[in-house]
Amino acid sequence: MRLVVDLNRCQGYAQCAFLAPDVFAMHGDEGLLYDPQAEEAQRERVAQAAAACPVQAILVDDLDRVATSSATAPSGAGGGTSDG
Amino acid sequence: MADTALDQLKRSGRIVVVGASLAGLRAAEVMREKGFAGSLTLIGDEPHEPYDRPPLSKQVLLGKADAERTLLPRRRDIDAAWRLGVAATGLDMAARTVKLADGEEVPYDRLLIATGVRARPWPNEVEAELAGVFTLRTREDGAGLARALAAGPRRVLVIGAGFTGSEIASACRERGLEVTVAERGNGPLVGALGGVIGAVAAELQRENGVDLRTGISVTALEGDSTGRVRAAHLSDGTTLECDVVVVGLGAQRNTEWLAGSGLGAGPRGIACDAGCRAFDLRGIVTDDIYVAGDVARSPHALFGYQFLSLEHWGNAVAQAETAAHNMMSESTDRRPHLWVPAFWSSQFGVNIKSVGVPSMGTEIMITQGSRSERRFTGVYGYQGRVIGAVTFDNGRWLQFYEKQIESTAPFPPPFTTVDRRPDGQRPIPADFPDPSVPTHGPTITLSGYSPAERRIATFTPAGH
Repeated sequence: MRLVVDLNRCQGYAQCAFLAPDVFAMHGDEGLLYDPQAEEAQRERVAQAAAACPVQAILVDDLDRVATSSATAPSGAGGGTSDG
Repeated sequence: MADTALDQLKRSGRIVVVGASLAGLRAAEVMREKGFAGSLTLIGDEPHEPYDRPPLSKQVLLGKADAERTLLPRRRDIDAAWRLGVAATGLDMAARTVKLADGEEVPYDRLLIATGVRARPWPNEVEAELAGVFTLRTREDGAGLARALAAGPRRVLVIGAGFTGSEIASACRERGLEVTVAERGNGPLVGALGGVIGAVAAELQRENGVDLRTGISVTALEGDSTGRVRAAHLSDGTTLECDVVVVGLGAQRNTEWLAGSGLGAGPRGIACDAGCRAFDLRGIVTDDIYVAGDVARSPHALFGYQFLSLEHWGNAVAQAETAAHNMMSESTDRRPHLWVPAFWSSQFGVNIKSVGVPSMGTEIMITQGSRSERRFTGVYGYQGRVIGAVTFDNGRWLQFYEKQIESTAPFPPPFTTVDRRPDGQRPIPADFPDPSVPTHGPTITLSGYSPAERRIATFTPAGH
């Protein structure tokens, strides 16, 4: 899964680092480091991070596929993704 | 409905994009989004799909990401014919073809040039070939340098304290490596941010254990009998032992392939109008050739209509979007590229961000925070207006200053800001180096005619 963060836009709210700590990490008070090609197993968490970003700075490849698969899952109506 | 030339182009035209990196990819996506159904060819000299470069000097060097794994995410499918690993070597504007290194000629109806820049190599070719000597621009550069740092060299020498050089030095210190930075100017980042901020950056480097030497240039690199770099000779007569050398002397624009084509291309980039249409050598705008990204230089209404060339990630995206929009629009629907320059850097644990054109500024005022705390906002003034801003760990304020720049707000700022300190009560000279003295280079190059100047320095009459 490929991702990129528009770091002009990023303001260091760190929501992504809470939601997907294996992919995003704060570096200093305001800087962000991330894995640009995270493991596929992280997709759900990364999708949550992208959705939660207050400045919408995270772009992820193929997010539609996640939305589609969760919409067809038995309990996934409405597209809300949650792993509890 | 009349079938216009634009309709035909959208339905069955041939669009060629030269340059398969960030700008080329984003432009291709926007063209498809705007309904382009014809053939789309992306030509790139590197053998890779478009990948992201900023991580190469940051997380990759820290061993937290893999240089081979920074491919850019796609916004949509672009259904393109990719010609990767083959450089464009020529342009025939009359025949509307791009010539490739393998001899093929690719015809186009509309062309987008986004060939970007490359790292300026070490000028001595023999020394540049020594094992352990690196530049940092490509994926291969990043992978090689990351391996060299992971091997635990005794000392790294970084030549040039621009953003890339400073980020590399930061990564070295974070990895516990000894690092010397040799900078010809009087401090790090002075070309982009001026001497006041350069002094803060210098303190930051030294506090973090960098052996920073300013006002020093490297005169020669010396190899051992196996062809590995072992030492550098400095302009103060000293010799420094080092087993990794990173050359961070800025970038050169990839325009050589356009020599003789008749396009207005040269070492400063490819001149284009505000709508991203390229000028030919005579200063006449072309109908079918567009430019975007680091290789473009275009006039900007907010900055005295100076021609700006910006080596900024965000500019590559924004200009690509505008170019692609305009390529798919009637002339009355086109829009100008009026993006306010913005960039970021992360070094020594501090997040440095900037908007506007600091290097146009003659004065700077620390409007919030304090330099000694490494957390502040500096505002640049030019002829009584706000022209740029920089933040150290204060990025949330930048949007505010971006609006100040866009609205040509007065400088010094008359408002009383929060967190204003005594040292920010009045402007001080921003202390930019003389632009005629070469440095590792600012990330913004001003190269247009400025009404404040009484001469045109760069005009070369054709045919003389």
